[in-house]
Amino acid sequence: MARLVPIDRREFLKGMAAGGGLLLGLYVQLPARGDTAAGDAAAAKPHGPFAPNAWIRIDPDGSIACIVARSEMGQGVMTALPMLIAEELGVGLDQITVRFAPAAPAYTNQLIGQQLTGGSTSVRDAWTKLREAGALARWLLVQAAAERWGVDADACTVQRGEVIHPAGDARLRYGELAAAAAEVALPPGVFLKEPDEWTLIGTPAPRLDAPDKINGRARFGIDVRLTDMAVASIERCPVFGGVLKSFDAEVAKAVPGVEAVLAVESGVAVVAKDTHAALAGRQALQVNWAFGPHADTSSAGIRQRFERRFADAGVMVREDGDPDAAWSAAARTLEAVYEVPFQAHACMEPMNCTADVRADGCDIYVPTQAQTRCQRTGMDVTGLSEDQVRVHTTFLGGGFGRRGEQDFVRDAVRLSKVLSRPVQVVWTREDDIRHDYYRPAGLNRLRGGLDADGMPVVWKHQIVCPSILSRVSSEAVADGIDRTSVEGAANLPYGIPNIGVAYSLESTPVPVGFWRAVGSSQNAWITECFLDELAAAGDQDPFALRRRLLAEHPRHLAVLDLAAERAGWGLPCAAGRHRGIAVAESFGSYVAQVAEVSVDGGEVRVHRVVCAIDCGLVVNPDIVAAQMESCIVYGLTATLKGAITLADGRVQQGNFDDFPLLRMSETPTIAVHIVPSEAAPGGVGEPGLPPIAPAVCNAVFAATGVPVRSLPIRL
Amino acid sequence: MILLTVNNERREVDVPADTPLLWVLRDQLSLTGTKYGCGIGRCGACIVHLDGAAVNSCMTPVSAAAGKSVTTIEGLNDDIAMALRRAWISEQVPQCGYCQSGQIMAAAVLLVQHPQPTDAQITAAMDRVLCRCGTYTRVRKAIHRAASPAVETT
Repeated sequence: MARLVPIDRREFLKGMAAGGGLLLGLYVQLPARGDTAAGDAAAAKPHGPFAPNAWIRIDPDGSIACIVARSEMGQGVMTALPMLIAEELGVGLDQITVRFAPAAPAYTNQLIGQQLTGGSTSVRDAWTKLREAGALARWLLVQAAAERWGVDADACTVQRGEVIHPAGDARLRYGELAAAAAEVALPPGVFLKEPDEWTLIGTPAPRLDAPDKINGRARFGIDVRLTDMAVASIERCPVFGGVLKSFDAEVAKAVPGVEAVLAVESGVAVVAKDTHAALAGRQALQVNWAFGPHADTSSAGIRQRFERRFADAGVMVREDGDPDAAWSAAARTLEAVYEVPFQAHACMEPMNCTADVRADGCDIYVPTQAQTRCQRTGMDVTGLSEDQVRVHTTFLGGGFGRRGEQDFVRDAVRLSKVLSRPVQVVWTREDDIRHDYYRPAGLNRLRGGLDADGMPVVWKHQIVCPSILSRVSSEAVADGIDRTSVEGAANLPYGIPNIGVAYSLESTPVPVGFWRAVGSSQNAWITECFLDELAAAGDQDPFALRRRLLAEHPRHLAVLDLAAERAGWGLPCAAGRHRGIAVAESFGSYVAQVAEVSVDGGEVRVHRVVCAIDCGLVVNPDIVAAQMESCIVYGLTATLKGAITLADGRVQQGNFDDFPLLRMSETPTIAVHIVPSEAAPGGVGEPGLPPIAPAVCNAVFAATGVPVRSLPIRL
Repeated sequence: MILLTVNNERREVDVPADTPLLWVLRDQLSLTGTKYGCGIGRCGACIVHLDGAAVNSCMTPVSAAAGKSVTTIEGLNDDIAMALRRAWISEQVPQCGYCQSGQIMAAAVLLVQHPQPTDAQITAAMDRVLCRCGTYTRVRKAIHRAASPAVETT
């Protein structure tokens, strides 16, 4: 039986769209005079301008558009979110078109408080509201049909964008009903389908973006072409915190096609008629920098700064039992220091943004994860109002957290404003690697104690690393704790009676930001590897020890058991191969992985990864599998390949020759298994990443008997 | 003026001879399906066919393409290309999609040289194309599928 969901009238807007269509969706701005009268459709229309803040648009010509308010960066929102609408609306995915939403309050991600794609929240935020939006649209269309036919609406059914007459002999297409449906009074509530009624949710529906991504038609930000558009490339100070002293633009200006050379906030911009001319002009540019106070920054120096913080206890994030007393009383103790380097995002599409600033408006065409921030950037730079700054989200050639930042947006808007013409700012790969907001480097001290039976009785973890949130909003770290720095560590699930987790915020000149899976991406590696060290010290099987310590955590246990079973844990490996296992919860989902590796000399090869995930109710199982594959490959690059290091205040890497990414030849076979679940949906874009580094490193530990305590693995 | 044949059309471009073919395609000819990823020939996002060979267009001066036949993802329409595209959909390969033009351009040359490629041949041909989303396992499956007449219609 379907479930009645009461409609919060203040949140629903219904009205006539341009052209007489039906437009509806969640509306967060209240009508001026409070709640609307029951059954009074006209009163439900808002006062003031009618923003396109809707999820569904049905035009009289029959076209059905779903508006997607999250950024498609590979994780599949362009397909998964319309599936939620289409399921309840009663249309096939082949019958709809998808549009990316403008920046507007109605599209706020309620889990984050702004219009932003991140934190693996897209489906979690949309799960109820998009199904409600679809169900309400269907209800109104059915009412309109029933009125036209003079029949009982409850006796009508819908199928593939048509309302079917109770007698089965007549049908009305949604397009034919759009104008009438817009006049139907709002119901007190809508029925949502029960899971056993779903025909789309839970199916591996093909991705809606795939056809355009195999013929060159998909438009990424870097593909935007506007009339009279200039292209700009910006030379930035190689040292973080350095400032411009002077520059000589004469040689650059002599390069054919170069039209302007000017100082901007971030450096010196070379503006040209096309990309090649901009890049050639930039090569000819002579710039003098004042490197500032951080010119001696080095990876070794940063490590020393981190190490010094071990002298103080840090801010206690979690304290169970009496860790200090238990440490003193333990039958056997173990201490280790784990070290993670800075990591770059390295999206395949380098950062870029195209802005068109005029006296009365600003259009920003951008592959962004953060529409609200882009709009705010446009307003800040131009002084224009919110409704004058329009954000047009393109496809994103990868995001991973990098594309929530505003550096590339600000440059484009400012240049367009100064030059009074459309400007596309394009970063080179070197710009991208050397001017990222990096995954924080960090140093971690782990102390564990075992009882006489080899069971862990105490766990102490001190995290020393820079804070991401203190850059974004200082009030978020008011108590000295950045939750993103400790996630994956403070929530250690294991049933150890004495646990102490402490955090020491240590800033460095290196800008840090949100990298795929954020804190869990490194903390799961640290905690899951140290648990294997404790298992070895206590002479216990890593899988069996986890099972014992996770007795109170059935969802962890279920993925652990499934991954172990499918990987053949406990059965002999092929000659020369070794297995490692790890489990982690992040972003509301539970993932366990077993990696099978061989170690040949200094070479680690990952042959096979078995992954089990419980992400609650699944919208599209093939997208879930694809995201697990994606997380594993992304995580393997950080496990096996490169790192960002510093010398003389600058990043030493610059391109894929010295910051290599995993290639096909290094990619293991990957099997993904999904635990059936009726729990609310969890995230899928990131939770597959945290377990891969520890699964691989634990397998290397099994192979060599030497724990891996720094990344990337160097034997 | 440099005379090019791009996707079977004769095109004239007025650019410096050392301009990388990549930027001529993207900026002068508006063929934006060919992507910029690294500029040093390490990622393969910019692969096009030059007289049937898969080349990194970021490393190919436009002068080297003069008088030769250039095929980009937009113009790749032969039987192999169609089989690859069907297989790409069947295996649901793309994620962000940015590298996919390069993947398909590299795969198309592979299938001309090895109509039934082994895993080792696929790896050898495809290792030059980076994918940060990690679609490699699906790329491999899709190439096998495209190469297999038995499943071509499924």
